[in-house]
Amino acid sequence: MNVFALLFVVVGLGLIGWLTARARAVRFDRGGQKRLHSLPSQHGWYVAMWTVLPALLFIAVWSALSPALIKDQVLKSPAASQLSDFAFERDTILGEARDVALGRADATFDDTATALVEPMRAAIAFYGWTGTGIAILLAFAGGAFAFTRTSPTFRARTRVERGLMLILLLASLIAILTTVGIFLSLFWESMRFFAMVPPQDFLFSTHWSPQLIDPNNPGKSLGAVPLFWGTFFIGAVIAMLVAIPFGLMSAIYLTQYAAPRVRRWMKPLLEILAGVPTVVYGYFAALTVAPAVRNLAVFLGMPFASAESALAAGLVMGVMIIPFVSSLADDSIAAVPTAMRDGSLAMGATNSETISRVLLPAALPGVVAGVLLAVSRAIGETMIVVMAASGAANITLNPFESATTVTKQIVDLLTGESEFDSPKTLAAFALGLTLFVITLLLNIVALRVVKKYREAYE
Amino acid sequence: MTDATPFPTGTGHKMSARGVSVSYGDKQAIRDVSIDVDMDHVTAFIGPSGCGKSTFLRTLNRMNDTIASARVTGEITLDGEDIYSSAMDVVQLRARVGMVFQKPNPFPKSIYENVAYGPRIHGLAASKGALDGIVEQSLRRAGLWDEVKDRLSDSGTALSGGQQQRLCIARAIAVDPEVILMDEPCSALDPIATAKIEELIHELKGRYAIVIVTHNMQQAARVSQKTAFFHLGQLVEYGDTDNIFTAPKQERTKDYITGRYG
Amino acid sequence: MSKRVASPAPAPERTPTDWKSAAMQKRIRRRYARERRFKLFGMMAVILSAAFLAFLIATMMANGARGFTRSEVALHFDFPKLGIEIDRSHLKTPGADLALAGAGLQDKVETLATSPAGYSLASNSAWVTVRDRIKAHPAILDGKATIWVPASTELEMGSRGEGPANVQADARKLSQAGQLRTGFNWGFFSASNSNDPVAVGIWGALKGSLLTMLVTFLIAFPVGVLSAIYLEEYAPKNRWTDLIEVSINNLAAVPSIIFGLLGLAVFLGSWQIGGHTFGPLFPRSAAIVGGLTLALMIMPVIVIASRNAIKGVPPSIRDAALGIGASRIQVVFHHVLPLAMPGILTGTIIGMARALGETAPLLLIGMRAFIVTPPSGFTDPATVLPVQIFLWSDEVSRGFVEKTSAAILVLLVFLLAMNGLAIYLRNKFETRW
Repeated sequence: MNVFALLFVVVGLGLIGWLTARARAVRFDRGGQKRLHSLPSQHGWYVAMWTVLPALLFIAVWSALSPALIKDQVLKSPAASQLSDFAFERDTILGEARDVALGRADATFDDTATALVEPMRAAIAFYGWTGTGIAILLAFAGGAFAFTRTSPTFRARTRVERGLMLILLLASLIAILTTVGIFLSLFWESMRFFAMVPPQDFLFSTHWSPQLIDPNNPGKSLGAVPLFWGTFFIGAVIAMLVAIPFGLMSAIYLTQYAAPRVRRWMKPLLEILAGVPTVVYGYFAALTVAPAVRNLAVFLGMPFASAESALAAGLVMGVMIIPFVSSLADDSIAAVPTAMRDGSLAMGATNSETISRVLLPAALPGVVAGVLLAVSRAIGETMIVVMAASGAANITLNPFESATTVTKQIVDLLTGESEFDSPKTLAAFALGLTLFVITLLLNIVALRVVKKYREAYE
Repeated sequence: MTDATPFPTGTGHKMSARGVSVSYGDKQAIRDVSIDVDMDHVTAFIGPSGCGKSTFLRTLNRMNDTIASARVTGEITLDGEDIYSSAMDVVQLRARVGMVFQKPNPFPKSIYENVAYGPRIHGLAASKGALDGIVEQSLRRAGLWDEVKDRLSDSGTALSGGQQQRLCIARAIAVDPEVILMDEPCSALDPIATAKIEELIHELKGRYAIVIVTHNMQQAARVSQKTAFFHLGQLVEYGDTDNIFTAPKQERTKDYITGRYG
Repeated sequence: MSKRVASPAPAPERTPTDWKSAAMQKRIRRRYARERRFKLFGMMAVILSAAFLAFLIATMMANGARGFTRSEVALHFDFPKLGIEIDRSHLKTPGADLALAGAGLQDKVETLATSPAGYSLASNSAWVTVRDRIKAHPAILDGKATIWVPASTELEMGSRGEGPANVQADARKLSQAGQLRTGFNWGFFSASNSNDPVAVGIWGALKGSLLTMLVTFLIAFPVGVLSAIYLEEYAPKNRWTDLIEVSINNLAAVPSIIFGLLGLAVFLGSWQIGGHTFGPLFPRSAAIVGGLTLALMIMPVIVIASRNAIKGVPPSIRDAALGIGASRIQVVFHHVLPLAMPGILTGTIIGMARALGETAPLLLIGMRAFIVTPPSGFTDPATVLPVQIFLWSDEVSRGFVEKTSAAILVLLVFLLAMNGLAIYLRNKFETRW
């Protein structure tokens, strides 16, 4: 049975459990001389919980396990004896057979696969119906168990609340699970990468050309230094040269100078800049900004300037970050007590003197933390560089030349046609791990600074 | 000291207010206040909270300009010049009419930088040596020099509350003002620190015209020579401190001073 | 009057500042000039940022407006003369497409559509229009018929006064003869991807986006709200709670592409457990994988917004409910949660808007397939609107620039509507307790 249909049935059973338990509890109430501990609907929830949760848990585990069980079963069939031992080829043929068995494809390309269609169909049906049967049985068993426990003295509310508390706890553990999941999956694949490529080659060598990998010495063409440089140059230098002055000055103007009406309109307008999807910025960078930058370079006397310059990507990325810097700077300046501002103005300082000599120094930790967060966002930004930056790994200080970034290379490495276990593909995970660790450090430092700073004024 | 006519028309006063009203949006905070402030005097503004005494104080160096909805009418002069006229430069005005706030508000900079801030922005010191001199002199006048002379580079926010307030006074003095406005300068301080500030006000009296807002009548009686009593945005009575506290002319003043309300 | 105290060491006298001196006046003027410059910089920063946004939108509008229009050219068919050999009974069977293609319909339409100058008047997909017409009305095969088909890119540009002069002249002649018309391109909203820029539409990608968003919402909203409730209302203050908080704050700032790597490794990778190889758990390119990945990405946003909303509900309301004997669970679900809902919804909408505009992680999990038929379920190969934009942006043909910009406009309208709704909710239900 289809998983969605099965879910539907289980939830339906839960509903039936809820209704019957509630009806029964209502009858306790009618005949009962003493007060019930729990409301009828709470008895209903208790039964529904026992009906649905074990079955759902089983379905989740079963749907994760059954593909492997099906595969085992098919491999035991006589038709499978002709299969190649080479895992990749074997999986392709099995995949073909599965598609036909499920009705996703009309015919197979491979004869071995045709022979496997029937065993496959049988295995899928067997495990599908077994799983369905167990799930429905579990739902009935759980429901019946809970139903027999309901009685006028049964504390259903306490049980339901305890169950709910468990669900709340599990929900909040998903955040930890995700963090651990990210770290483990990146770490695991990176370890496989570093088994093929020495870490020092990856981290310190300066030649990057994943298109031409020497299978005997893959480390020679997988030196990530140009990527690190390009990421730093585009995200932390060029983009910040745009974002910091513009973001900071916008925040200052909107908080210190602008009339309330102007502020009310301009702030959301800047927030729209933050809401524009990155793919739109990327398209704009590639279509409009990059040619303009190239023309400028030619005008400045660089006839062979790249059409995928670091400058174009960095500029647009900077614009994207402006509202981010602006809103964080806004918060930090707003956190400086008004007394500081009054104190300075009362001595005859002009607004600009007050801002640059008192407010900004006082808000500096917050602003610095904001810039760190902005850098972390810029170096993790993907679409703009994928669309507007080059794939050529150069170490250059000239913004009109092309440079590539970690994120761009991750996308390029993983969207080509290549098998999963090659150093080329795994390099993407090593790059991802580096990116993750660096952004994590930036965030931790920034959050710490912000926290300290908040405490200073509270 | 004689009980002078409250509003002489001639000049000679350091600051004079004539028919001053202040409103925030639709709400009128001060109605038709006329008052004079003289050198060599400490003038105290007293009255129940919300009576507009702080608001009026802030009009004297145009700190109300920072509130967008505030509107001031009437005339306030400093040495005969209208401070709200377009010819008056607000930056210079505030340098000449300094202010000390209710809560000590040293900048999060070193003690030295706090005091040097004003002279620096106004360009009052020609050299590093001159600036050092101004800082030392201001801290001495604020009675803080002996306590901080060995740690001028420590943060101003690390001082105790009373020291912070004296630092703020030193900061105000450093710009060489003619008038110093103090907005309840002791309300956040303990009695010992308060006594120190009151002593300081005595010493500064000869050099600057001082206006102090306070809700503490004993304090007004201790430090001031002239007292103005505000109530519901109006100036009820203004005169020599001794007269106000011993023989108030107005019934409302008497009620307030004897503690019948407020 | 209190006692006078002894004066301290006399400080050296200062000469009073002469504020009226020429030097001081000059200095003041310079300070004011600096003030004006500073303010001007601030204003320029705001104006330039706004101008950039205006320029971006104007560029997209200028390029995209034509993506919403389509030119059609009338082709005159004399079917008996064309000689389409086909068994009429086939036309009502599923094999009709194959049969008509086998009868050489495409060649014949193309020959007919070729202008005297040698270029084609009709788009490459024009024969599909003719084919569908024949299937709908087999009777037209018996006689003459005029069928409006999509015009070729050359002719369409010619009709706008672009391109070679002879094409422009042809276009003028055709429209004077009533054989060329331009109208709103409804096909853009009902068709899916294609190789031919004239025939492409966003429906397939839009449907993929809707399916993906549905999965994202169904996962991220309950999990996010429940974990916010736990952390804000029940969690004991201990190391575990701190760890959860740190995780959430950091997840909110992890680059989106990292979530793509996570999705690739966890949902699409294979697992070796006890000698068995498990997985991949889900098919590649499916909306369910994209939805799960994006759900993990925006969950921290929802958690943080929900926690702030819950924090905003005053303790007095909890005390009141506890005071009449409600359990802690009842207090939260009956009183706190309804009051916090506007804030929670605002945060959720903002998170969903972020997910809707996200591209990078979906590229990694293969949602960049060439989708000709819209996905009909969560496990079908699908793509989403931003990825479709990315794919079209790589096409070199001039026609795709218009379609890309038009798709961007559609995406921006969706996002603006969502953000507008969030701002509206925030303003309408903003309560100060």
